[in-house]
Amino acid sequence: MDDCMPINKDPNTIIRMEDIYMSFPGGVQANRGVNLEVRQGEIHCLLGENGAGKTVLMSVLYGLYKPDSGCIFYKNEKLDIHSPKDAISHRIGMVHQHFMLVETLSVAENIILGQYKPWKILNNLDPVIKKINQMSKEYGLNVDPFSLVQDLSVGEQQRVEILKVLYHGADLLILDEPTAVLTPQESEHLLDFLRELANEGLTIIFITHKLEEVMQISDRVTILRDGKTIATVNTKETNPRELAKMMVGRDVLMNLDKKEKQPGNVIFSVKNLNVQDERGLPAVRNVSFEVHEREVVGIAGVSGNGQSEFALALAGLMDSEFDAMVLNDKLITKRELSHLNKLGMAHIPEDRQKMGLILPFSVSENFIAETFNNHPFSRFGFLQFKTIKTYSQTLVKKFSIRVGDVEEEIAHLSGGNQQKVVVARELDRRPKFLLVNQPTRGIDIGATEFVRQQIIAERDNGAGILLISTDLEEIFALSDRILVMYEGRIMGEVAPDADQIERVGLLMAGKTEETALITN
Amino acid sequence: MDLLPSMLFLQSILAATWRMATPILYAAVGEVFSEKAGVINIGLEGVMLIGAFSAYSVAFESGSLWLGLLAAILAGILSGLIFALFTITIKANQIVVGAAFNMIGMGITGFLYRTMYTESAGALSLKTFPTIEIPFLSSIPFFGEVLFKHNIMVYATLLVVPLATFVLYKTAFGLSIRAVGEHPKAADTVGVNVFSMRYVSVMIGTALAAVGGAFLVLAYADQFVEGIVSGRGFIALAVVVFGRWKPWGAFWSSLLFGVFYALQLRIQTMPNVTIPYQFLQALPYLATLVVLIGFNKRRVKTPKTLGVPYK
Repeated sequence: MDDCMPINKDPNTIIRMEDIYMSFPGGVQANRGVNLEVRQGEIHCLLGENGAGKTVLMSVLYGLYKPDSGCIFYKNEKLDIHSPKDAISHRIGMVHQHFMLVETLSVAENIILGQYKPWKILNNLDPVIKKINQMSKEYGLNVDPFSLVQDLSVGEQQRVEILKVLYHGADLLILDEPTAVLTPQESEHLLDFLRELANEGLTIIFITHKLEEVMQISDRVTILRDGKTIATVNTKETNPRELAKMMVGRDVLMNLDKKEKQPGNVIFSVKNLNVQDERGLPAVRNVSFEVHEREVVGIAGVSGNGQSEFALALAGLMDSEFDAMVLNDKLITKRELSHLNKLGMAHIPEDRQKMGLILPFSVSENFIAETFNNHPFSRFGFLQFKTIKTYSQTLVKKFSIRVGDVEEEIAHLSGGNQQKVVVARELDRRPKFLLVNQPTRGIDIGATEFVRQQIIAERDNGAGILLISTDLEEIFALSDRILVMYEGRIMGEVAPDADQIERVGLLMAGKTEETALITN
Repeated sequence: MDLLPSMLFLQSILAATWRMATPILYAAVGEVFSEKAGVINIGLEGVMLIGAFSAYSVAFESGSLWLGLLAAILAGILSGLIFALFTITIKANQIVVGAAFNMIGMGITGFLYRTMYTESAGALSLKTFPTIEIPFLSSIPFFGEVLFKHNIMVYATLLVVPLATFVLYKTAFGLSIRAVGEHPKAADTVGVNVFSMRYVSVMIGTALAAVGGAFLVLAYADQFVEGIVSGRGFIALAVVVFGRWKPWGAFWSSLLFGVFYALQLRIQTMPNVTIPYQFLQALPYLATLVVLIGFNKRRVKTPKTLGVPYK
């Protein structure tokens, strides 16, 4: 870090990061020689797959991580940042993907947190409130300084985050995947707003893995892959296909090959499902639906609208109330919920690390996590290691999971390969009904493609599939029918045609069909 | 039943209530700081013992109760520093370290007390803080006895509780403490030093716990006895939860324990009661726990990262 010489190449450059190396104690190399140059007043996208090192790079810039080596120049001077405090004092602000807001505090308290010396008495917050109101009005953010953060919607919380950063004073604003939690309409507003900020002279770094967003908002884009900078290009001189190729390192099939749907009989149905969340508040309200054989039913919705509870209830992992539930022509009682898997259901859970896998166990142990007690894996209570190993190796091959030895601890595998293990285990049981929640979250494009193909193949083999995803693109690509969930209710059914995206967006925001028509 | 005797009975119980609640209250208010910042210190019992012994030995040797109190505070801060070092810097499990503190507190005070004091022949008792009768007010019937005839450490709770509330809810320091226990990373990203906030909160907690222990020898019993704290540290932990992590909440919840404690003391002195005294002694603990458990069905907002080390 000491031999960093400020080379004044371009007075327009606000930030230059040179040859950044950053590794974690576990030995993971997140950044392996990254270069980034951002110009004053531009919107610069940082594009890359999950795990490409985008967030880590920005966390280095924001002082959350200390790089192993590399130089950072800010406004053409060498920048030494040891903590977020230093970053803030240099007028660098960051809106994190997981909001950095204390839910039990008010908006105003969150905004002034860390702004004063400890002994400062905060008896009179009027000037602060006034300033927040003024800024909120000026930027059209519509934020109430008195409300508690926990009472705000995700979109509102994001506006609070942005306001917080602007309040602290920022010339450079970093946003980490800001649209991931928004409805299409909210995303649209956010992008417009960021454009305005940039026009006023603010520099914005925008982390994303969505190609459309890059094309829509950025002036320039830097592509990261495997912790290295691949290229920086002008957005006007590129196209999504080229970007995708740089991001993944090979040509990507953007469209899934999907046959026309041929739904059969109803395989799974539920009437008036109600679920309460941990706090005892209704999370799923009166949901009824059915899934046919050879059909993918997609559940779209902004994250946190009851999908998690919905999935857990269907998988028998959470208490629920319902009038009737039928799986494969068999009426399911509440008591049987916990062994639905024996009746032909498979479940790919939302969080593979917490629910789908036992991380300290080996790959093969995870493969037999559900069936270890059955023949042929177990005989007279003894595990048949040879059989298990052969079985595991077959699955590894069939699902092209990249792992050296099936005895390896599954925690060492990449996210994509971990997910493939879950998918392989669940699909190999030849389920009649498959419940899938967020199957491709946090995994790379290659694995995403593969997992999606497997889901479609399963459909074509006759299974009924319920797909829950907050990724609209995924919902549209895979589903035969789309149900939109908002605050635990099904708002309506939509066909997966491109011209229906607008309507899905409105339903995701809680606008019913009628009001949607009026606002249009 | 005649009105007068039952009024006197009630008066004698209520007069003792506040006093009985005081040691628990100090420890509980301190623990509110610690837990608000995300650190649970189940070693309160041990720290109170350390505070009690420090106060006793210094007060006994120097002859000054105030020096004893000061010694307790210093011992409390030192205990807190060690606790914080293990739980915050080394990131050891807070429950395990807390349990260790309870055993160490028990062992070390017992050991020191025996080596230092049981051999000597002289009088080992202290002259405790005197009762201050507030002029005029203390002569009001009933209320005078209940509210205005206490010693300085009891009255001081009326200073400590509002002060704690003020610090937690009206200062930047308090705001940081509350943030650090809920979402330490959020606090970190706006420049709040999570570690130092937690260190200070833990030390405030143990300092006040030690004061609670000191109260037992300086203003209640007049000498140290092994295990003198007798479970009050654990009750304080329950009181924090029941008081919903608020100083005033802790105040009212401690009084609840105080009522039961005073009640059993009073019953013990009644002539024709044949209940074994061990049962009576258990009553306040049992009753407090039952009430606390019974009332805790409503949704309680535990600090979100309570017990979880940062990074």
